Amino acid sequence: MTDITPNDARKASNNATTEAVKRSLARRNRKQLVLQGFGIGAIVIAFTVLFILVASLVRTGYTAFVQTHVTLDVYIDPAEISEEGLPRGGFRDVLTAAVLDNLPGADPEEDARGVRNILSNGAQFQLRDQIVEDPSLIGQTITLTVPLSDPFDQLNKGGVRRDTPEDQRRVDNQEMAWFDALDEAGIISTPFNIGLFTNADSRFPELAGLKGALVGSFWALLTCFLIAFPIGIGAAIYLEEFAPKNRLSDFIEVNINNLAAVPSVVFGLLALAVFIGWFGLPRSAPFVGGLTLALMTMPTIIIATRAALKAVPPSIREAALGVGASKHQVVFQHVLPLAMPGILTGTIIGLAQALGETAPLLLIGMNAFITSAPTSPFDAATALPTQIFIWADSPERGFTSRTSAAILVLLGFLVMMNGIAIYLRNKFERRW
Amino acid sequence: MTLAPFVILLLAALVGYAINLRAARAIRYGGSRLHSLQGFHGLFSLLLVIVPVLTLILVWLAVEGGIINRILLSSLPDGVLDGLGSGAIQLIGAEIRSIAGGRVFGTPEDWKLEAAERLITYREISSWLLVGVVGAVSLGLIYFARSRVAAEFRARQRVETITLGLMVFCAVVAIFTTIGIIAALTFETIKFFQLVPITEFLFGTNWEPQIPIREDQIAAEGAFGAVPVFLGTIVIATVALFIAVPIGLLTAIYLNEFAPGRLRKIVKPVLEILAGVPTVVYGFFAILVVAPALRQFGESLGLDVASNTALAAGGVMGIMLIPFISSFADDALSAVPRSLRDGALALGATRGEMMLNVLFPAAIPGIVGGVLLAVSRAIGETMIVVMAAGLIAKMTINPLDSVTAVTVQIVTLLIGDTAFDNPKTLAAFALGMMLFIATLVINVFALRIVRKYREIYD
Repeated sequence: MTDITPNDARKASNNATTEAVKRSLARRNRKQLVLQGFGIGAIVIAFTVLFILVASLVRTGYTAFVQTHVTLDVYIDPAEISEEGLPRGGFRDVLTAAVLDNLPGADPEEDARGVRNILSNGAQFQLRDQIVEDPSLIGQTITLTVPLSDPFDQLNKGGVRRDTPEDQRRVDNQEMAWFDALDEAGIISTPFNIGLFTNADSRFPELAGLKGALVGSFWALLTCFLIAFPIGIGAAIYLEEFAPKNRLSDFIEVNINNLAAVPSVVFGLLALAVFIGWFGLPRSAPFVGGLTLALMTMPTIIIATRAALKAVPPSIREAALGVGASKHQVVFQHVLPLAMPGILTGTIIGLAQALGETAPLLLIGMNAFITSAPTSPFDAATALPTQIFIWADSPERGFTSRTSAAILVLLGFLVMMNGIAIYLRNKFERRW
Repeated sequence: MTLAPFVILLLAALVGYAINLRAARAIRYGGSRLHSLQGFHGLFSLLLVIVPVLTLILVWLAVEGGIINRILLSSLPDGVLDGLGSGAIQLIGAEIRSIAGGRVFGTPEDWKLEAAERLITYREISSWLLVGVVGAVSLGLIYFARSRVAAEFRARQRVETITLGLMVFCAVVAIFTTIGIIAALTFETIKFFQLVPITEFLFGTNWEPQIPIREDQIAAEGAFGAVPVFLGTIVIATVALFIAVPIGLLTAIYLNEFAPGRLRKIVKPVLEILAGVPTVVYGFFAILVVAPALRQFGESLGLDVASNTALAAGGVMGIMLIPFISSFADDALSAVPRSLRDGALALGATRGEMMLNVLFPAAIPGIVGGVLLAVSRAIGETMIVVMAAGLIAKMTINPLDSVTAVTVQIVTLLIGDTAFDNPKTLAAFALGMMLFIATLVINVFALRIVRKYREIYD
């Protein structure tokens, strides 16, 4: 006979089940932990990439925010530069002589050619402009601060490493010695690179700046805003408040949704064929760029405006209608002002996207090499993103850091615009 | 000078507004009851002036250049344009324009200098004419608007009709844009297929668009078989999706179910930053960091990695698409009704099992829609591939090799060359047409899936 009662049997089998469940539960929980681990891993990967992206840009770009300059006492030799000859003259030779004064070891005859390359090619024009403006300087000695050429600039900032073998270095030992002599004389300085913002593009990295691109982007964005903002709001108000439910308004809606997803390069093709090919608008002009960007930004603005209009509660409309306002008066005097913060937020975000857009601007020729800033929206110009594209293609070392610096400037503008959008949203948007 | 007509227009509109406002006020103070508020009488005049005159100015400015150019070319001395192609004539026009703009290169012929003088005169005449016409029309419209002011004039209805018309116009701009895209692509593509047979373009496997620019130049014949280009786009997009889909989906799953609220609040904006970075920045990142790193890594494994490997372009594009996919998947998971979630948990499923066996399958249609939209983004993405992918079309599916893409070819074919009559330029439009059709089909399909699926649960 066994002592086991039915009760005990149930208990035992219960225990066994509990054990099995416990064991399987542990396994299932482990599975869930693995899933969670993968999720965290995915997020960590995304964060790491973002970090590497920003870090590599900062690491290569920060050096472009300072520029190596040398301060020289320049004797404006009347034998080289005469008042009658202006604006021509031996500006370069005068500058070379001033550098040679600081290099006692260098031979004025033999080394003139090498010494001349220490200074940026733009130095002579800086001197020329100063003398053309004030010819009485001829014969005097003036103190001038001019940029160094790219190899020496890189040497100073560490872009050219001193421990690489001479034949692989862009600055040979002799040139390095000259630079060190100038440095010891205390006339080398690395101030903030104002030229990055006040110069236009140049073939010489030490002279290249973003002014043309900034002005071009400004004109393009202004055009884009002036066109896309009123038309976008008009279209959105019509579709949201007035449009009858018919084929036409459905068709418009489908169109807008599809336009929002058309690749940007296709808009570039449209602009090239229609604006430049058929209408004969000028190539490379920020106005045409702005027109193209406006077509791309419009769907964003329309969608944001409709959402903002929808968010205004019906009680506002009913109250206005109740005191005798017409449908137009309700929309324009009550609904639209209340929806404005939302509309502005959407518009700024749309403009921020437009600011970073590159492909359509390439197709309409805004990647031209232009050494002066545009004075009107119809002049040939570049824009910030296309300038980045041009510089990224240039082989000189100085351009790599300038590309990163330009990207940092662009990202700075984007952060600022999005910051304004967020501020507007937080400050003015009402929850009903 | 270009601003003058706009200034006149603005002044005329304001003057018209003020005149009508005063007239209406006079009637009101005279003791009669106006049908519409005084402001509407003013607005009526304002809109009546602005709408037609602004249209006039814009049309004038749009056609002015072309007409002046035609007059100028016909005024050139006999014989100088004989035997020149349309490109050469355009070039002469451009040279005269640049002389007129004060940029003289070398020593141009006398007739060009004279033509430039004439061009400047024509432009002045045109702008003075415009100012005159704008002034006269504005005055006429102000007078007409003023004559309509009366106690029983329904100014409000008129104003509302005009604004409604303006709004309809704004809405129709979207249609015009689509029509413009389709028309531009279609015209140029048809021209292309007259030069190159459509079967060669769609099925040919040899893409060498470098055709001779001058007659006597020795160069390749030019071959326009686009299959390797399409293949390159597919390879790069596949690489991108291999990175973006798993990372994006896992991120969405974790954020949707497991992440504590505070972490979610940090991660979502950071992902939005990733989505807001301009693509030209990603392109530079690819050539600055990713491509050299991949090359080094490949060398250490003994693999031969091309310097502009499809892996670099595709990988960076994948990073760009992560936030896109994760936000779509997050929305799709959140749209699954609570009852399914609660039911699974009540039956004893762990949260992981509930997610993988219940929520995720239920959200599949929405997620597929999101992934499809990401596919259309990937094949339409331009800057990353222009900067990081190759230029030479190869028939290969090896992602370590250098491949080209549709958008790369569009951009490289069109940079620096504008003649619309050679197959090289036109080929870009044919490629654009393919791109437009492909993305349109994918988008319509994806949006339909997303919408249909939402309706089932709503």
